[in-house]
Amino acid sequence: MANETPVVISRTRRTTAAGGQQSFAFEEGQVRTAGLSAGIGEYRRRAWQVYKELPMPTTQMEAWRRTDLRGLQAGSLRLAQPQTSAVGPEIPAALLQPMADDEHAGQLLLQPHRVDVTLLPKLVRQGVVFTDLRTAEERYPHLLEQALGRVVRPEEGKFSALAGALAQTGVLLYVPRGVQVTQPLHSILWTPGVGLAHVSHVILWLEEGASATYIHEMSSPTEDGQTMHAGLVEVYVGAGANLRFVEMQSFGEHVWNVTHERVHVERDGAVDWVFGAMGGRLTKNFSELDLVGPGAVGKMSGFYFTDGEQHLDYDSQQNHLAPHTTSDLLFKGALVGKSRSVWQGMIYVAPGAVKTDGYQANRNLVLSREARADSIPGLEILADDVRCTHGATVGKVDAEQVFYLQARGIPELEARRLVVEGFFDPIMQRIPFEGVRARFQDAIHQKMQAYTG
Amino acid sequence: MMSGLEIRNLHVQIEGKEILKGLTLTVPKGEVHAIMGPNGTGKSTLAYTLMGHPSYEVTEGEVWFNGRNVLEMEVDERSRAGLFLAFQYPVAIPGVTLANFLRTAVNARRRAENPQDKGISIVEFRKLLKERMAALKMDPAFAGRYLNDGFSGGEKKRAEILQMAVLRPEIAILDETDSGLDIDALRIVSEGVNALRGPDLGVLVITHYQRILNYIKPDVVHVMMDGRIVESGGAELALHLEEHGYDWVREKLEER
Repeated sequence: MANETPVVISRTRRTTAAGGQQSFAFEEGQVRTAGLSAGIGEYRRRAWQVYKELPMPTTQMEAWRRTDLRGLQAGSLRLAQPQTSAVGPEIPAALLQPMADDEHAGQLLLQPHRVDVTLLPKLVRQGVVFTDLRTAEERYPHLLEQALGRVVRPEEGKFSALAGALAQTGVLLYVPRGVQVTQPLHSILWTPGVGLAHVSHVILWLEEGASATYIHEMSSPTEDGQTMHAGLVEVYVGAGANLRFVEMQSFGEHVWNVTHERVHVERDGAVDWVFGAMGGRLTKNFSELDLVGPGAVGKMSGFYFTDGEQHLDYDSQQNHLAPHTTSDLLFKGALVGKSRSVWQGMIYVAPGAVKTDGYQANRNLVLSREARADSIPGLEILADDVRCTHGATVGKVDAEQVFYLQARGIPELEARRLVVEGFFDPIMQRIPFEGVRARFQDAIHQKMQAYTG
Repeated sequence: MMSGLEIRNLHVQIEGKEILKGLTLTVPKGEVHAIMGPNGTGKSTLAYTLMGHPSYEVTEGEVWFNGRNVLEMEVDERSRAGLFLAFQYPVAIPGVTLANFLRTAVNARRRAENPQDKGISIVEFRKLLKERMAALKMDPAFAGRYLNDGFSGGEKKRAEILQMAVLRPEIAILDETDSGLDIDALRIVSEGVNALRGPDLGVLVITHYQRILNYIKPDVVHVMMDGRIVESGGAELALHLEEHGYDWVREKLEER
């Protein structure tokens, strides 16, 4: 076992939020069970019970030590429900473009006032389901019943319980045994409006030997006020199945976003999981990889770039629960303004999970004096004969690099941008989708503008 | 107005310590000048100061280049105006390929002249780079490697000369370009420089050893000591220094 010394690295700035913690004003009557199958109702009622029992997270709790929800006016948030008319701008055309290929196999647009879905007829005939949560409740209750709470339990946190109980929107992707979805599927959760709690539940289920590429974007315009998104993402990758899953987060700068996510990988299954975070006011993301069958492989790649007052907190866990499992995590982030990032990662190797290979690395580039990045790697290894490596760094742009580039005629801002692009290159290399890389490039350009302007 | 580089009574300090103490030197275009001198005499300070490194503070003196006041120009402006420094220790930029970097540098020049410029086409740039690399006997695959990252000493120096060949400066300062090179690499690098020689290029070769001057023949050789030019002569001065060392210069100075 080779490992770098676990260290907590941080730079500059501590903040304290004033005021006490508000509670949400949601009521049991808002839990949707009426007219739905018994299994769905049961799951939601259980989630509601858990939600009521769990306290609102505070910085006294280990998982929330670095992320403070006291600034969220939770009590004034109304549950965002389907509406008959648009409440704001519609999804910008740029977001509708395919990111992973020339064409989509299917696209799902989730807006408050309408849902649009397309799916290639060939895939429909093969039994692929790709639809929104409400349609799934009516037409595919058996699929939902087997999946709800199966990968992420409501008990895991206040917000997983909340999302389980109150989800108003979401996605169901089901790929039957052996079916290959070669072109990418794409969904956009568009959450305009203020004073709202958007609650989503995303379920991806790939049966044995199935494969798919799926890109899910969560986005909204920046508005005055506060809005929240609470999300659950439950992913099941069956034996020998293969999923490429990209999550893009480009919420408006007023959005508070908390998600619980897990990918469960069976024997010889593989997931290539990509995170891109550009937006939001505050994000707390729990992302876990459960490698439950021998030969299971999981790769997690994260790109983030925060500016202004943004706060981004990733909590990742790579759980090796069977022998011969492989995980590989690389998260890279840059920070400008007064923004802050936290990455706290853990590789867990269960007793008996021998011959596992786990890797985790988090690299941060802090571009302004007032920004701060915390990077906290962790290992918990309860098996022999494993290979686990981790690393964490927080650095800044080297003045000698900038001088060298300037000495070749490149203006200072462009020189800095080039260094930052170079920093992100190892992440770009891991992302096989040109459109996704282009979005990250755009984000770098935009954020670097803010950096100088 | 002289066409070339003109340094008058230059005083430079770093962290409060004076390193250059009134250096005066003129490098006209079309000529190759060499600066030789013992270690710690301020040769690299001169190179970095001319390029505008922020750690070096000019307290007195002037530097003119093609009639422009160099000391008032930003680092990148100096480069675009035609000054070039081949670094003694080129800096690695992980994640940025040599090709991407050089294309950015070429486009920065074009855009400085015309803000509407769309930049050199990839096809055109590839052709240019390929040609220049072939002249320096560089493997084309090199263009795809991260700039100076994991390069050997010889590769770094060759990459510096490649940059010079692509950017076509009017005054090139070679700071200890010979250090760390074996004889074959030195020959290739020198041939690269010689191929660029002509009426439009002035070269300032900063070196500790006479060896490189066998390959890049200087028109004028200067001896630098204690932050000043103390002796100037023809190419034979370098040979004399190689044979007799610097002590005679020092003695001569003390006699003054």
